[in-house]
Amino acid sequence: MADDLPQNGLVAVVKRDCPTCVLAAPVLGDLARNVGLTVYTQDDPSFPETVPGRIDDTGLDVSHRLKIEIVPTLIRFAAGREVARTYGWDRGEWQRLTGIAEFGRDLPDARPGCGARNVEPGVIERLKIRFNETGLSSRRIEIGEDEDEQEAMFARGWSDGLPLVPPTEERVLRMLDGTARDPQEVVGQVPPALAAATVEKIAINAVMAGCKPEYLPVVLAAVEAVLEESFAMHGVLATTMFVGPVVIVNGPVRRGIGMNAKGNALGQSNRANAAIGRALQLVIRNIGEGRPQEVDRATLGNPGKLTYCFAEDEEGSSWEPLSVERGLKPGQSAVTVFAGYGLQGIVDQKSRDPESLAKSFAGSLKALSNVKHAPSCDALLVVCPEHHRTFKNAGWSKARLYEELYRLCEIPGGELVAGARGIAEGGPQSLDGKIVNKFRPGGLMIVRAGGDAGMFSGIIAGWSAGGPRGSLPVTKEVRN
Amino acid sequence: MTVLLDPTSERSPTIRPRLPRPERLDGLTIGILDIAKARGDVFLHRLGERISERGVAVKHYAKPTNTRVAPLPLRQQIAAEVDLVIEGLSD
Repeated sequence: MADDLPQNGLVAVVKRDCPTCVLAAPVLGDLARNVGLTVYTQDDPSFPETVPGRIDDTGLDVSHRLKIEIVPTLIRFAAGREVARTYGWDRGEWQRLTGIAEFGRDLPDARPGCGARNVEPGVIERLKIRFNETGLSSRRIEIGEDEDEQEAMFARGWSDGLPLVPPTEERVLRMLDGTARDPQEVVGQVPPALAAATVEKIAINAVMAGCKPEYLPVVLAAVEAVLEESFAMHGVLATTMFVGPVVIVNGPVRRGIGMNAKGNALGQSNRANAAIGRALQLVIRNIGEGRPQEVDRATLGNPGKLTYCFAEDEEGSSWEPLSVERGLKPGQSAVTVFAGYGLQGIVDQKSRDPESLAKSFAGSLKALSNVKHAPSCDALLVVCPEHHRTFKNAGWSKARLYEELYRLCEIPGGELVAGARGIAEGGPQSLDGKIVNKFRPGGLMIVRAGGDAGMFSGIIAGWSAGGPRGSLPVTKEVRN
Repeated sequence: MTVLLDPTSERSPTIRPRLPRPERLDGLTIGILDIAKARGDVFLHRLGERISERGVAVKHYAKPTNTRVAPLPLRQQIAAEVDLVIEGLSD
């Protein structure tokens, strides 16, 4: 096709759908008649009628090779090389480029052009694939024409049990538009296989999970976070306990991509919340080969191992966001990952002072894992807006609430001894007479989320191996 | 034809391998499926006897007709009850 391009002379690329091309059609006709002009038309082969020898480029091959971005584009070739280019209609520019002093007198001096068809979303990806310019290095898997692609993906073990969006080259290319990072950049080694997670591989899994391209930076940050050594992703996956990564998102990206921090924040139906958490899980499953009944030995698991991701409700909060508490700047977008599971509700509709409400919270926190365990797991306390209001009105900072909760979670060791309270589970006799805290220092995290109505906060319990000997929460900035 | 990009670490072949054969039959239950071809029942009955003599559990099943695939309830029953299946595919 490129062979059709003249070695010398003028080339124009146009489309009928562009009013500026229509406006310039008489000039194109004049140039074709008087000095010679090759016109390629992107949409309607009968346009422009003023140029009888126009060439059909509805396949967009020539447009793509010429890297046309705007129509009309006028190019001059000399000895087979492009020597000048202009786009849109600009009489002065066209006169300079053609070397003809007088034409287009009936037209306005200038009009901007329109976007070229070959760079439209959905079209550019197909052209890159056709010309082998995708830069994608993943293995291609051909699905037979009579094969159901969903069933083909299930059969290959790619799914978490729910249908997947087929990761076609077009979709993966569009997904990669969501980040400026090199598709071949290695984000980390995903356990248990310790296989390299490139940006491209993560994008493929993000497509399957149902992500939009603008979610990809959040997914990448979440993957980076769980691959930090201190998060101990291998152990979080392999444990017989319930946990999986819980993703909490802070900063402007939450609203930018439409995440839900309000009613049902931990529930269903918000695409960004659901797809980001699912993408992370699919990365562990497909890149890391972390699958149930294999290295994932969870006894029960938990529904959050399909997806567990939500945004903190920062607006209207008197408390600093979790990411700021953990060292990032206000206004920075961030993800924090926590090895957690499930939700234990705290129903308190009567406390109107912070002391009473803190006692309610502490009572529920002390039951995590087992009432006989302390120090026990870490915990993420999700405070609903109506409960937060009680603390806010009383002037309790988040630091104050932490302080009170740690104090209220002290337990007489005698209650924790094996056999005490008629429960064989428990600690050694040496605990008797001591005071033991339910949580290690730093083992509690507090975020604010939820609908405006309802005095229902929640606890996401952590792994019994929480803390430095097991998994620590990790916070990462979301980078574009 | 749809072309998908492999989401995995690419450490396994794209063509799915067959299920591995069991190394031993001890403790397994073998299903014997008669697809309703002529005298298949005779052959399979004898095969079942020989396997039982070796102390391996056997369960017999039969398709209503060889002209159609096994009905779904039968397939599910077999999948739930046995570890492997032997069937005769022709007369």
